[in-house]
Amino acid sequence: MEEEKQVGRSAPDPVRDPVFKRELVTLIPHLRAFARTLTGDATAADDLAQDAMMKAWDARASFQLGTNMKAWTFMILRNQFYSEKRRSWRQSQLDQEAAERTLVAVDDPEAPVALDELRLGLAMLPAEQREALILVGAGGFAYEEAADICGCAVGTVKSRVSRARRALQAILEAGNYDRDGGAAGDAMRAILADAERLSSLR
Amino acid sequence: MQMHFGVEDMIEHVPMEDKRKSAAALDEARLRQQAIGVKLRQMFDEVVNEPVPDEFLDILRKAEPPAGGR
Repeated sequence: MEEEKQVGRSAPDPVRDPVFKRELVTLIPHLRAFARTLTGDATAADDLAQDAMMKAWDARASFQLGTNMKAWTFMILRNQFYSEKRRSWRQSQLDQEAAERTLVAVDDPEAPVALDELRLGLAMLPAEQREALILVGAGGFAYEEAADICGCAVGTVKSRVSRARRALQAILEAGNYDRDGGAAGDAMRAILADAERLSSLR
Repeated sequence: MQMHFGVEDMIEHVPMEDKRKSAAALDEARLRQQAIGVKLRQMFDEVVNEPVPDEFLDILRKAEPPAGGR
């Protein structure tokens, strides 16, 4: 940090702060998950999630209690991610290969194969399609909320999600991701079988 | 969940046989999309369900102004 940022920092509010903090704490797991999908790296993701959490805390006075804090914090996290990315990767554009390398980073070596394939498939999508699909398809956001988070029109989110779904399915069916020459085409079958098993358990 | 498939648009213009085939293909596509959806949520929820590292609460605690201070 080159200078102490005082602007936008909220003054203490003994009544409101504990309420805000309680709600913020419940969002930490979700911030971590969203950060993980953006960075693909568990350590970098936690750094990002912590930064976003503190940014949200510092800006708490500008948040209207009772409105959607999850969407608000996700927006902060996303902005933080892209501004850091611009800073650190200005000269070396993130290429697809790098995206795949990072997204593949899975903490759990025993994660089911189907999830691995899904991660690889996701890594092949353009970033804006991937984040739209994650927000709507996994994060539980409505299209309108996802549009607010990404700072784009609702129609844009809808078309990104729809394109992402089709592309992801095509990738998984074609098995045309990079997997050390492993059995291509089995990804979709594994995902179908796994999803079936999961939903019959519920 | 809203989904858009090219197959749907074709249904109006094809004979009965193909129509049935298209409907089956559409069902299959829906099933696949649902499966992908289930796995996406699973992938996300796996991280949501991880225990939160202590660091998070520590830095939040440190950021808090001391009670009754100043």
